[in-house]
Amino acid sequence: MIREFGLIDVMYLIAAARWTLALTATAFIGASLIGIVIAIARILPFAPLRWLSAAYIHIVQGTPLLVWLFVIFFGLPLVGISVNPWLAAATAFSVYGSAFLGEIWRGALVSIAKTQWEAGASLGLSLGEQLRYVIIPQSIRVAIPPTVGFLVQLIKNTSLAAVIGFVELTREGQLTAAGTYKPFAVYITVAAIYFAMCFPLSQWSRSIERKLDVAR
Amino acid sequence: MKYGLQFRDVFAAWESILEGVWITLLLSAVAMVGGLVIGIACAAARVYGPAWLRRIVGTYVEVIRNTPLLVQLFLIFFGLPSFGVRLDGLTAAIIALVINLGAYTTEIVRAGLEAVPKAQVEAGHSLGLSGLQVFRYVVMFPALKAMFPALASQFVLLMLATSVVSQISVEDLFHAASIVQSRTFRDFEVYTVIGVLYLGLAFAFRGLFAGIYYWAFVRR
Repeated sequence: MIREFGLIDVMYLIAAARWTLALTATAFIGASLIGIVIAIARILPFAPLRWLSAAYIHIVQGTPLLVWLFVIFFGLPLVGISVNPWLAAATAFSVYGSAFLGEIWRGALVSIAKTQWEAGASLGLSLGEQLRYVIIPQSIRVAIPPTVGFLVQLIKNTSLAAVIGFVELTREGQLTAAGTYKPFAVYITVAAIYFAMCFPLSQWSRSIERKLDVAR
Repeated sequence: MKYGLQFRDVFAAWESILEGVWITLLLSAVAMVGGLVIGIACAAARVYGPAWLRRIVGTYVEVIRNTPLLVQLFLIFFGLPSFGVRLDGLTAAIIALVINLGAYTTEIVRAGLEAVPKAQVEAGHSLGLSGLQVFRYVVMFPALKAMFPALASQFVLLMLATSVVSQISVEDLFHAASIVQSRTFRDFEVYTVIGVLYLGLAFAFRGLFAGIYYWAFVRR
């Protein structure tokens, strides 16, 4: 039986959006943890580490997210880890995000003047302490706008998790469209919900960027 | 259970994979040209146009940039037939990609245009150049140089993003992977090979853009 596309479906779609947000949050945490390591490895005065992290970024940024989703979805069972779509998606998005965050944060770290490192060293701080107390606190201000901007990318890209059967906003939209035969209304609603999540973040990212520009 | 990786069956299907590469290249090239044209037109409208046009272009850019490409694709492919507009997969994919990339290039080109100092435009006018000549020689050329790196990386991202068109069964590289997978059940191997191919394409595009940059801006 074909049912109507009504208010209840809109409610279901909004409810499904929390899985989009949950996946985004999980992926962002995972991506941050790997990303900070990558960013620091990229600037340390130890060449092999820099090459390795640069290669990682190039490889991840040079392959589509869909490929990562499928490689991890089918690859993890080969090493004995049983996967569900949730775990596969969270892993794939963490890997994908870490390359972008790593590059963004590297940019923020190198934007801090070299004299700041030297000042830290002349105060007797070790390399780790210079990073921890001098460089990172200053670079966070620079990093925030592009990081929020990337968060928007991440929210949008979680739509690809629908492809491996993870029921988030887009997948719920596909299911609703199949049930109601009202694809246009359904996907417009889905797009509107994504917009409602992403647009405020985009605007926020832009406004803090503007504030930082003035402060400099 | 031990699993031995086997790539033989995957490589045996090289013809469908090659066909997929071709479609991916075709989609990317058309989307890049279309997206660039839309981007330049919309950016010019946004910088020099009247207020109402600026607002329309601004809305277009924000709506596209804040919704997923996959949903835009579904809207065009599955949604438009409700209004009697029935598109085949490839056409729908091209339309979606051009509209999507157009919004991103608009922002990039706009930033490039605004980076050209106003005094240079005035200098061009005072030399007796027409509005179009000023736009072409004084604004566009240095602006293109400034925005080229951002455009190039956006284009590479787009080439990778074309993989989502497989979801409306356009037979691109990613779709070829799912065909080979269903035929051989070597899923991990297939997607690894496809991933390496995409990586190769990404490197090729980066090299191509670096070459174009050198040829157009550095050499002269």
